[in-house]
Amino acid sequence: MSINWYLLVSAIIFSLGAAGVTIRRNPLVILLCLELMLNAGNLALIGFSRMWGDGAGEIFAIVVMVIAACEVAIGLGIIVALYRRRLPVDVDELKDLHG
Amino acid sequence: MTFLFFFIFAGFALAGAAGVVVLRNPFYCVLSLVVHLISLALLFLLLEAQFVAVAQIVVYAGAVMVLYVFVVAYVGGGDKPDQLWSASWRQKALAIGFATLIFIELAIAILGTALSSLGTEGAKLSATYGTPAQIGELLLTDFLLAFELASMLLLVAAIGAVALAGRRGGIAEDEGNLSPRHGAVDTPSPAATGSMAEGVSGYGVTTPLPEPQFEGRELEQPVRAAAEDDR
Repeated sequence: MSINWYLLVSAIIFSLGAAGVTIRRNPLVILLCLELMLNAGNLALIGFSRMWGDGAGEIFAIVVMVIAACEVAIGLGIIVALYRRRLPVDVDELKDLHG
Repeated sequence: MTFLFFFIFAGFALAGAAGVVVLRNPFYCVLSLVVHLISLALLFLLLEAQFVAVAQIVVYAGAVMVLYVFVVAYVGGGDKPDQLWSASWRQKALAIGFATLIFIELAIAILGTALSSLGTEGAKLSATYGTPAQIGELLLTDFLLAFELASMLLLVAAIGAVALAGRRGGIAEDEGNLSPRHGAVDTPSPAATGSMAEGVSGYGVTTPLPEPQFEGRELEQPVRAAAEDDR
C-alpha cells in the first residue's frame, strides 16, 4: 500500500476544506471546514510517520489535535458571544469589528 | 485486503468531507463531519497508529463534535439556511478555482517526490509502534516541551472560551426585562396561564376561564426593544 494514496486522499480533503472555507458564510460551517483542513494534515503526518517507522509524526498529529480543540473552543465561544449580542451569525454581515 | 479497506474508508472520508462543504443545514454538516472523522480514524488504524485512532474517535468524534452539536442547537441554522447556494457566482467561481489550484499544487508535490520508488510497504516497524507506551515515552522524553506547551495552550483556550461565552452581569441584565424568577412567590404570573398553583386549586376546571387579554401588544416586543436600546 503506497503512501501516495494516503497523500492523495489528504490533498483532496485539504482542497475540499479550503473550498468550503472560502464559499460558506456561516461561521459554524467555516470552523467545520477548518477541521477538515487540519485533519487532512493529520492524515499526511500519520502516513509519513508510518513510512518512516518513527513515532514523531504521531506526536505531531496529537499536537495538531490539541490545537484544533483550542481553536474550536475559542471559535465557538466567539459565535455564542455573537449570538448573545444579537449580531447576525453570517461572516458577510460582520464587516465592522469595533466594540 | 488492505487495499479494499483503504478504498472503502477513503470513500467514506471523502464523502463526509464533501457533505460538510455542500450540505445546507449546519446540523447535517456536523453529522457529516462525524462520518468523516470516524473514517479517518479507521485510516489511521490501517496505518497502524492505534493510539491516535482511538484519540481521534474519543476526542474529535466524541467531545469536540458534542460541543459543535450543542452550539448548533443553541445558535440554530440561522434564518437563511441556504448560505452556500446564495453566494454570488463570482465568489463561488473564485473559491472553486482557488481550491483546484491548491489541489494541483499538492498533486505536483506528491508526484514529484518519487516516494513511490522507495517501495510500497514502508519501514520495518517495531513491535511497540503506535502503542500508548511508545506515545507516552516520546511525549515525556523527546517532546516534553511540546507536551507542556500544549497543556498550557489548552488551559488558556479554556479560560478564553469561558470569558468569551460566559454571561456577564447575570441573567437579568443579559436578557433584557425578562423576569428571572417568574414564580408564584416573587412575581405572580397572570391569571389563566396554567401555573401549578392554578392546577392545584382547580382553576379553569371548577371556575370558568376568562377571555385572554393581550393588552394590544405581542409578547416578544419589549424584549426586542430592550435589545435595540442596548445596541
